[in-house]
Amino acid sequence: MEVGLTHYLILSGILFSIGLFGALSKRNAVGILMCIEIMLNAVNIAVVAFSRYLAPETVLLTGHVFALFVIVVAAAEAAVGLAIVITYFKSRATVDVEQGDSMKG
Amino acid sequence: MTGSDYAFWVFAILGVISALGVVALKNLFRAALLLVLCFFAAAGIYGSLNADFLAVAQVLVYMGAISVLIIFAVMLTRDLVRGNPFNRSWPAALVVCGFLMAGVIYVVVETTWPTIDAGQMAAASVPEGQATTGGVARAIFDKDSGFLLPFEISAMLILAAVLGAVALVREK
Repeated sequence: MEVGLTHYLILSGILFSIGLFGALSKRNAVGILMCIEIMLNAVNIAVVAFSRYLAPETVLLTGHVFALFVIVVAAAEAAVGLAIVITYFKSRATVDVEQGDSMKG
Repeated sequence: MTGSDYAFWVFAILGVISALGVVALKNLFRAALLLVLCFFAAAGIYGSLNADFLAVAQVLVYMGAISVLIIFAVMLTRDLVRGNPFNRSWPAALVVCGFLMAGVIYVVVETTWPTIDAGQMAAASVPEGQATTGGVARAIFDKDSGFLLPFEISAMLILAAVLGAVALVREK
């Protein structure tokens, strides 16, 4: 069976669901950030697959530009997110997100 | 099957297995190393999709920069005893994500994806099998492409993120 758009979109959906499950079910803040990176990667795979397969015999580059912007935002998100995690660890000596409920009413 | 089909299967299986390992492993450092493997698999997927520039950017930015950041954060917040445990609501999360995965696969398989005429987007496309780097540069930097202002804004975003990260972790 020839690999086509469907295969890439299913792969993207599987990776996104794995990342979402990790982000929802982990207690370690660094682990949650890692799962968010997997989700962003899955979205990128879908965007690039569309740009490859929507027009026959042609690679549309708008999807590539979008994927580049997603990579830029992911880099910024990782930098700020990990800085927040390290600040949190310095004040609480833990990275368990369930301990961070001091603003709960 | 052509070469890129083989590449798809190899990198897809590698990516899914390493992503499962990132979620399932209790040792956070090993999970971070598997995350690097998952990024590499995504770079291979880009390669099989004729996106050579994106594959190189993925290796540089994700495997080079972001994974170093994550491994540093794992080292600085070392929690060897607890590791990377699941929280109390993980069965509910498993059910939600299982339904999401099933729904996505159903929609993808059932939809007939349209093909569009490449002629109307000729400015931002290259023929299949050719290098995309020059085309990506034209797609971003051409005056009438519409991506020039977002590109400058993303540069400002990176600058703001770096300054914010430095301000957050600085010793007071």
